Amino acid sequence: MIYLELFIGFLKVGLFSFGGAYGAIPLIRDVVRSYGWLGDDALSCMIAVGESTPGPIMVNLATYVGRSQAGLPGALIATTAVVLPSFVVILLVMILLRKWLENPYAQAVLRGLKPCVIGIVLATGAYLIVRNCMGTSCGKVDVTATAMAVLLAGIYFGSRKRWKGGLSPIALIVLSASLGIAFYGWR
Amino acid sequence: MRGALLRRPLPLVGMNILTELFLTFAEIGLFTFGGGYAMIALIERSCVESKRWISHDEMMDITAIAESTPGPIAINCATYVGYKRKGLAGAVAATVGIVLPSFCIIFLVSSFLDNFLEIAWVAHSFAGIKIAVGILIFDAAVKMIGKMPKKPFPLAVTGGAFCAMMLINIFAVRISSIMLMLAAGMLSLSIFLAKRSRRPEGGER
Repeated sequence: MIYLELFIGFLKVGLFSFGGAYGAIPLIRDVVRSYGWLGDDALSCMIAVGESTPGPIMVNLATYVGRSQAGLPGALIATTAVVLPSFVVILLVMILLRKWLENPYAQAVLRGLKPCVIGIVLATGAYLIVRNCMGTSCGKVDVTATAMAVLLAGIYFGSRKRWKGGLSPIALIVLSASLGIAFYGWR
Repeated sequence: MRGALLRRPLPLVGMNILTELFLTFAEIGLFTFGGGYAMIALIERSCVESKRWISHDEMMDITAIAESTPGPIAINCATYVGYKRKGLAGAVAATVGIVLPSFCIIFLVSSFLDNFLEIAWVAHSFAGIKIAVGILIFDAAVKMIGKMPKKPFPLAVTGGAFCAMMLINIFAVRISSIMLMLAAGMLSLSIFLAKRSRRPEGGER
């Protein structure tokens, strides 16, 4: 039953998404791959769309996956599921369990959980970059993609040294799209 | 009623507080790109400075709570402010308000996207975009490391999680990252308990 799968899948994402917008991406990647809803390429493409459209990326991805699997009802179910845990947790914290978060045991769990999320996000980013540069088959380096990756990373991180804030994510996406066309051709 | 909606800068006298919550957060949801911390500035300007729904201190408080609870910070803020103003109904109005714009936009965009990707130059541009997305995710993690306390335990957990996740990715092992997170949480909790039992009189509370 696809509706139930969407609901449970995105409930998990919503419940474990610590660490801001990008903290949720490894989780979403886990869920969409384990159910076979999206591959890495389609997911990357949707992250770029989510970055270029308003709203939290997590919500954008839930809406997209829900729609692609089960139309409007699917989109509604996935989006509700992804928002529900944070909604409920905040209400609980406000209404009765304000002390929960100051509880030393809860704090101890969070002290381990948060740095773990950072490591997971770092590995996801690194893996996506490496996988793109290796092409589809293992052990073969895709020279064009590697050249683009070096160029983009150089411009993105270099721009931050030049002026405050550096290139915005949307500017990087636009730049990478033009590079993609420049390297692979118009048609 | 329509006229009042269009002349938005008015204090919206007589407008239902639920409608006002909904519209305020819908506006925030519509005009923040990239999500996350970009939204906090907008929420602060709207809810603290212009509407005075919550104080600056409360805003700082929400940010701290959001760090320890799951979900995008924007949604946490919307739920908090909505509940503060009008209880459960307010929380629902504000949360639906902040989610609805991106829901509608993505819904529309994704109905075009599938056919769109079959055009050659679009597919080629996405070959570039895929790499940019990897860089953005990597950069987000680097920024998080920058803000994290530089102590041996968190650094070791981050390093361990990085290695474990890399291995999981490379060998396509079916272990969810949720498992890693739970393991790290349990590890930290047991270290805390072990320390506490070693000096029982040293309990802080």
